[in-house]
Amino acid sequence: MLNSNYIALIPLLPIITFLIIGLFGRRYFPKFSGILGTLSLLVAFVLSAFVAYQYFFEVGKVYGVYQKIIAMKYVWLQFSPNVAIDMGILLDPISVMMIVIVTFISLMVHIYSMGYMHGEPRYATYYAFLSLFTFSMLGLVLSTNIFQIYIFWELVGVSSFLLIGFYYEKPSAVAASKKAFIVTRFADLGFLIGILVLSYFSGTLDFQTLIQRLTTEGSYLSNIVSSSFLGASALTWGLLLVFAGGAGKSAMFPFHIWLPDAMEGPTPVSALIHAATMVVAGVYLVARLFPIFSNSCPGALDVVAYIGIFSSLLAAIIACTQTDIKRVLAYSTMSQIGFMMFALGVSGFYGEEGVGFMGSMFHLFTHSIFKALLFLGAGAVIHYVHSNEMKDMGGLRKLMPITHITFLLACLAIAGIPPFAGFFSKEEILLACWNSNKIIFGAAVLTAGLTAFYMFRLYFSIFWNKEYKTHGSHDDHHGEAPGSMLLPLIILAGLSVVAGFVPFSHLVTADGLRFETEFHLGFAIGPVLLATAAIFLAWYMYAKESLLPQKMADSFKSFYTAAYRKFYFDEIYLFITKKIIFNLIGRPAAWIDKNIFDGFMNLIASVTEFVSESVKSFQSGKVQDYAIYFFAGTLGFVLLFIYLWI
Amino acid sequence: MNEIGLTHILFISTALFFIGVYGFLTRKNLITMLMAIELILNSVNINFIAFNKYLYADKLDGLFFTIFIITIAAAEAAVAIAIIIHLYRSLKSIDVDDADIMKF
Repeated sequence: MLNSNYIALIPLLPIITFLIIGLFGRRYFPKFSGILGTLSLLVAFVLSAFVAYQYFFEVGKVYGVYQKIIAMKYVWLQFSPNVAIDMGILLDPISVMMIVIVTFISLMVHIYSMGYMHGEPRYATYYAFLSLFTFSMLGLVLSTNIFQIYIFWELVGVSSFLLIGFYYEKPSAVAASKKAFIVTRFADLGFLIGILVLSYFSGTLDFQTLIQRLTTEGSYLSNIVSSSFLGASALTWGLLLVFAGGAGKSAMFPFHIWLPDAMEGPTPVSALIHAATMVVAGVYLVARLFPIFSNSCPGALDVVAYIGIFSSLLAAIIACTQTDIKRVLAYSTMSQIGFMMFALGVSGFYGEEGVGFMGSMFHLFTHSIFKALLFLGAGAVIHYVHSNEMKDMGGLRKLMPITHITFLLACLAIAGIPPFAGFFSKEEILLACWNSNKIIFGAAVLTAGLTAFYMFRLYFSIFWNKEYKTHGSHDDHHGEAPGSMLLPLIILAGLSVVAGFVPFSHLVTADGLRFETEFHLGFAIGPVLLATAAIFLAWYMYAKESLLPQKMADSFKSFYTAAYRKFYFDEIYLFITKKIIFNLIGRPAAWIDKNIFDGFMNLIASVTEFVSESVKSFQSGKVQDYAIYFFAGTLGFVLLFIYLWI
Repeated sequence: MNEIGLTHILFISTALFFIGVYGFLTRKNLITMLMAIELILNSVNINFIAFNKYLYADKLDGLFFTIFIITIAAAEAAVAIAIIIHLYRSLKSIDVDDADIMKF
């Protein structure tokens, strides 16, 4: 049996590290805090790997079905005998998979940051924040309770805010962190309302009870389906609102605008939070509630699918035009998360129909590896070039051979070239789309082709294109990144090659049962050929310095500009918030506050002041004046007495 | 001539009382004001004695009160003079209008 004590250590180690580094490390051992954080994460990763091994191969399976195991449960707030907020640890295939991913990627980023953040004045603070984030993310994926997930959901939001705004001297970083926080807060409002709707109708906050009550026939299900609002049932509304929260965290349309700006944070943070772990929290949330989506409310699942494919295609188009390499990667992340979302959206629940769910989780797994690698590689390049712009790079393959090879492997993985990781997961997703919805399938193949194109545009622009112009002497001693940065790159590159061979359909499925996936050569060959063609196109356009890209951009002038400006979403949102909401709601509200509420209070104050001013001259400080008042008062009382009684 | 009655004595004490009040309200010298207070107290003493003699001749309560008030007046004069001396030390004046710092 699993021992709950050491499972609890997995999230507890990072929070303890956070407290130690945050309270003492910054003052007493700033240089050592990186090593401390890394060691603590190493222990957490080993424990997670051990738990995963035990779960998948020893205790998780009962009669061939992976069980949901509550390894620990502590009642935190008891509202009534049936409703309580618990803090606990839930182990099931997706949460076990997530803790391995989170601790692993976090460990890689910790190691990498020792080189990347070397010499940073707030080095210890950085590691404290990283530990806080890791704790929050682990708490999120292990939640047994929909309210617990909400608490940790906000905690990852805060850590993300702190880390995006890490370089707080830069106004753009401050703006980006605020934007990320506010946009996700809007989405989280939906999430909270969704939680309240679902828990009101099901009478519980616990995931297992919630899923059980809302998927089996009974009074709970019939109640929530029969009560409707604006033409949709309460169940649909609840699930859509929860999905809105997920869309905010996962940067799905229309909440996607924060992710590209979030790249203002340190690059390893982008790799950890905004590529591999936190942004897939939305996918994880939908996967967690997947039984309800799939069995009780297919309509909401269709919304997930269409939002996913739309975001995916949109992001892929924008990614083709961006010139900041981190922004290209950010849009690529958004596009790949869109893949995971619509894979869930088109998936069924039982047996082989659940291939979309499996593919989505598989893609989450492989994507977190190769996207972290891409970001860390980009970080190494930025570390060397001191710029995020493509035009400052080019020809780096000879100067940074290891970074070059690892980056190439990651690009091949994300483009879906066999036998790299992305090929297998993307193939499962495309298969799921083919089986359920041909429109989404078409768009997905197109997006996959675009992915290959923009990734190799990025690759050729960084490592080939023109010769790198060295400026001055600093390049002589500073070629390849230091060892602490190369080690994670090499490990991740190795995993990007082999991760696709993990038999996910045996381990992580919607209903816990294993199924066999067949490999259809005829089906796989189309997308692979398309990706290869896209790579050759990118090679043709970007491998040598040429005027071709500019000509292409000119011939699709308006479309190119629109895509380059991210289809004006930021401008539209700014227009809506600044012009419409501020003018129609904000200013009248401010006027009422200033003139009516404040005016009432000011009136009371000025009346009091006037009365006080007029009576204060009685307090002359002269004894004889007081004596006159005293005698006059006594006389008055005497006269009153005489008048009343005599 | 009629015998001197209660009314005559009450006239005296009332006159004495208002002379004292007038003096207290108009004099600016603190010592003089203290003297005016003594006048007021003495008018009260006269009242006590007079009522005791004319209304309750067989009792001594009025006398006792009078002696009591004389004692209190002596103590009060001691305290008042101490205050006045301190005022003089800090203000270099015993004019009552100068002691007006305790206001709003």
